[in-house]
Amino acid sequence: MAGATVTVPSYGRRRRIKPTVPLSYLTALVILAITLVPMLFVILGGFRTTAQINSSPTGLPHPWVWSTASFWENLGNSAMIAVIATALAVGLGAMAAFALSRYDFRFREGWYLVFAIGLLFPANVASLPIYLLLKHINLLDNPLGVALPEAAFSLPFTIIILRPFMRAIPGELQDAAVVDGASRLTFFLRILLPLSRPALMTVSILAFVTSWNAYLLPFLVFTSEGHFTLPLGVATFQSTYSQNTASIFAFTALSMLPALAFFVLAQRRIVGGLSGLAGSVKG
Amino acid sequence: MSGLTRAAAAVADPTAAVVSATRTEKTRGPFWRPSRKLIELVVLLTPALALFTFFVLLPICVAAYYGLFNWSGYGALSDFVGLHNYRLVLDDPVFRESVLHNVIIAVLSLVIQLPLSLALALLLNRRMKGGTLLRLAVFAPYVLSEATTAVLWLLMLQPGGFVDQLFKAVGLGHEIKLWLADPSIVLYTLFVVVTWKYIGFGIILLLAGLQGVPVELREAAAIDGASPWQVTRRITLPLLGPTIRIWIFLSMIGSLQLFDIVWIMTIGGPANSSSTMVTYMIENGFRSLEFGFGSAVAVILFIISFVFALLYQRFALRRDTAGALTRAVG
Repeated sequence: MAGATVTVPSYGRRRRIKPTVPLSYLTALVILAITLVPMLFVILGGFRTTAQINSSPTGLPHPWVWSTASFWENLGNSAMIAVIATALAVGLGAMAAFALSRYDFRFREGWYLVFAIGLLFPANVASLPIYLLLKHINLLDNPLGVALPEAAFSLPFTIIILRPFMRAIPGELQDAAVVDGASRLTFFLRILLPLSRPALMTVSILAFVTSWNAYLLPFLVFTSEGHFTLPLGVATFQSTYSQNTASIFAFTALSMLPALAFFVLAQRRIVGGLSGLAGSVKG
Repeated sequence: MSGLTRAAAAVADPTAAVVSATRTEKTRGPFWRPSRKLIELVVLLTPALALFTFFVLLPICVAAYYGLFNWSGYGALSDFVGLHNYRLVLDDPVFRESVLHNVIIAVLSLVIQLPLSLALALLLNRRMKGGTLLRLAVFAPYVLSEATTAVLWLLMLQPGGFVDQLFKAVGLGHEIKLWLADPSIVLYTLFVVVTWKYIGFGIILLLAGLQGVPVELREAAAIDGASPWQVTRRITLPLLGPTIRIWIFLSMIGSLQLFDIVWIMTIGGPANSSSTMVTYMIENGFRSLEFGFGSAVAVILFIISFVFALLYQRFALRRDTAGALTRAVG
């Protein structure tokens, strides 16, 4: 991978090679090493036993086998919670964004502001109060106790991104639908939502990744290991089996793979989503 | 309990306000009757508003109330202590130390991460072979969860582990430290890990901003005899202003609520030398079952972050359209 990037650049027409060009490639190589080597170190480490790691060289993936049981359970829990949180945030957020973008009513901007202010509520700081609230309504040690607050905290950016998008869809489309006898809700479901697909994808990915990576709230809410999500599982595994380095390597390596695979597949969307979020925060 | 849910229901139900809002409004167009529109609005808005109010707005209000009691989480709230918890928090040297650690991380981010991200973004913005691959690689750590990142670096930083071997290999063996056990450097070790994780995000953000800087401007300046440094300094950076201000905002908010990586790698130790405001809250509110005290910490942290966010919006982001939030609030 690295080798491909170091090839000397072809001469631009009428351009001299600037002295900074080799420097750029050297810097690029250093960056590549710093970001990729730690990940490769762990992934390759996952293929060796503790004894082998202590005495170095290579070996067969012995520990992969016995670390997988709780891994798959954690993976399933993470997926379930992330799907629920994403569906709720995007579903309810799209409904609210529709109301806030294409209906005229008094205090509309005020209602929008209520959601927008949520962007300034730091989720980690709110975690302990949320825990106490969940305790009150008996949702502790329950996947919904994590999924519902996560969905709620994803609503602000969902609405902030979706609203301008829905607003920009021309009113003539709505008028035409009305002339054809469609109700407003039909227009929403059959025309506006399909047209908003790029924005819906962006907010879905943001909500999903946020939930998938969350650590603090699951840490507070879950007590039984059967409910643990992947981040919680990785951290717990690390502290429980601190003597068995090889298993920790294997577990950590496994936990990196879904995120990296997802990233490679949805890379453009994730990057676009994040820059889009920053853009919409800007205005 | 019942009082709590009733209050939540009252806040969460927007019907009342919407009713008063729509009643006065004239019917627009022949196709919709106002009553139908009202029903639609309620159906569309209520679920999101209810979820949001209950899990985002309500918890902090509940915490403000719990903070007034000495409460271990069991039994009734009977031991009313007024503002005593708040005073205890603010007088605790460990809390002040934790705030200082957050500030150190925030300042280091500004002084080290920002220039580094800028330099790398400017570098990656050039057309070079393998540029796409490089962009992908730089961004990859950002998609790893904080927990995975923390465990990964725990493995790297083990005494005699990969990092130590690397130091030896390049002849810096005498510089090897107890990266996570030495109170005088643990915070900086954690800063390096945080930088590794988040720098890709900053770069992507700045790259997106650089797309908005017209090439013609830079070319025109170059033709007029400006050096590459002058072009960057006088044209590119000023035009990147809004993006940089957003980066600073997100980075400061992130620094204020730093938790996962610190908790997994050091639990704030050794001897509180790497504690942050949120690890302080979890350690002294959750783990020690002092929920009244913990709630007071949460409220104080909330006020700190919220005031910071509003002030920053008001003064730094005002020039960009981002002041939208504060224009109505303050």
